[in-house]
Amino acid sequence: MTALLELRGVDAWYGNTAVLRGVTLEVQDGGMVALLGANGAGKTTTLRAICNMGVRTRGEIRLAGQRIDGHATERIARLGVAHVPEGRGTFLSLSVDENLKLGGYLRRDRKVGSDTSKMFGYFPVLRERLHQQAGTLSGGEQQMLAIARALMSRPKLLLLDEPSFGLAPILVHEIFRILRVINQEERMAMLVVEQNARLALDLVGQVFLLETGRVVASGPPQQIAADESVRRAYLGQ
Amino acid sequence: MQALLHQLLSGLANGAIYASVALALVMIFKATHEVNFAQGELAMFSTYIAYTLIEAGLPYWIAFLITLVFSFVTGVAIERLLMRRIQGKSQLTAVIVFIGLLVAVNGLASSLFTSSIKQFPSPFPSQAWYGTTYLSPHEIGMIAVTLVVLAVVFVFFRFTRLGLAMRAAAENPRSSQLVGIRVGWMLALGWGLASVLGAVAGMMAAPIVFLEPNMMGGVILYGFAAALLGGIDNPWGAPIGGFMVGILENLAGAYVVGSHLKLAVALFVIVAVLVFKPSGLFGRTVVVRV
Repeated sequence: MTALLELRGVDAWYGNTAVLRGVTLEVQDGGMVALLGANGAGKTTTLRAICNMGVRTRGEIRLAGQRIDGHATERIARLGVAHVPEGRGTFLSLSVDENLKLGGYLRRDRKVGSDTSKMFGYFPVLRERLHQQAGTLSGGEQQMLAIARALMSRPKLLLLDEPSFGLAPILVHEIFRILRVINQEERMAMLVVEQNARLALDLVGQVFLLETGRVVASGPPQQIAADESVRRAYLGQ
Repeated sequence: MQALLHQLLSGLANGAIYASVALALVMIFKATHEVNFAQGELAMFSTYIAYTLIEAGLPYWIAFLITLVFSFVTGVAIERLLMRRIQGKSQLTAVIVFIGLLVAVNGLASSLFTSSIKQFPSPFPSQAWYGTTYLSPHEIGMIAVTLVVLAVVFVFFRFTRLGLAMRAAAENPRSSQLVGIRVGWMLALGWGLASVLGAVAGMMAAPIVFLEPNMMGGVILYGFAAALLGGIDNPWGAPIGGFMVGILENLAGAYVVGSHLKLAVALFVIVAVLVFKPSGLFGRTVVVRV
């Protein structure tokens, strides 16, 4: 197995405030990895560091072996990294249709149309809302739109910042089920930041646990879930 | 009644120029939330380029096209070389840079082309081939050229991939970068297009106001008024505001304040909009649910 994404000793700051300290993690090709931790542990910052978005970094970040740290955000996107950002990043004044088109902005192939239909298969509500201004969608609908927008680029690596945020519990399970299907059928690698640790542990093949900007534990979910301190801190048991 | 009709129609013709200038202002405002005070001077400079080309013996429409290309490149260059350096600085910094640009371009034009008043040719016939004298052929041509330009701009932004990317970059730069859009270049492209619109306005206005370094002084004020009236963040409102201001200016000049105080109409509109309806007539309110 080769690592698609590799972080080696990554530090990150906002202004003068250090948020990450020597983070090292890997996402295998086609793998599904969760990044867990309390609020403020640096989960969102890790995703931002990978995309070089609004945060200063030091250390090595590699995509398929190539250094990407220091690259412009749009260049990293062009290398096949899609990011469902915190707050969903919806183009509020544009229509749902235009939001999806922007997701496929980099694509020149002819399958964009059939991929759009595929998104309607995953998220039927988007078809109903197609010509509506995206700002009028509910939080949950915008979350689905954000995921669909990211998928439209057919990325090699999908970064998801709390895909369950603002969703009704029944939708959360539905979205995670869809993500799992995509991960398995398309062999699309995913790095998921999630508050809902129990849900994430069911879903992924590998877990990294962050605490105050450091990776304090990593391994398969069963092993992490078995850890007494993790159970107490994140699973409420 | 006939006099009124005449005032209305020629107001529409002036309005065509204000519409182009207003759209140029709105285009840059949408992308940067800054008002380009130098828009008029850039248009004036473009008009001098057209004048020089025509004097050198080029046919009008060839000179017109070359001028548009020149204006586009100049606009892109100003954004890339100057404006990007002050990105993220305070609004006041931007205002000062715009005013500096205004003064610099004005001075450059005076020193390169002298400040003597020049006659600028109209591409349209000087004699009316139709029965009425309500509108001169140049005025009709002005309206037609503006409508064509507006249609092209509309189609570009509404139906092309690049147009969509530019709208996206203006609305949400971060998300745009995440989908791979080169946001910096979209801003530069916006500047280029705004300069092209300004150049069209300058070349259409010059046969009426004559060519000299301060020719756009009044026009840009009406342009501001038009942009505000239409809603400074609404590209579709700008042209409508332009035509409305043109008509209002003419009617007020003929029946209310007299032609000497016409420019005060622009200021009146600006103040009235800012006091009573800052979002303008068609200012769009984005609906957000959270």
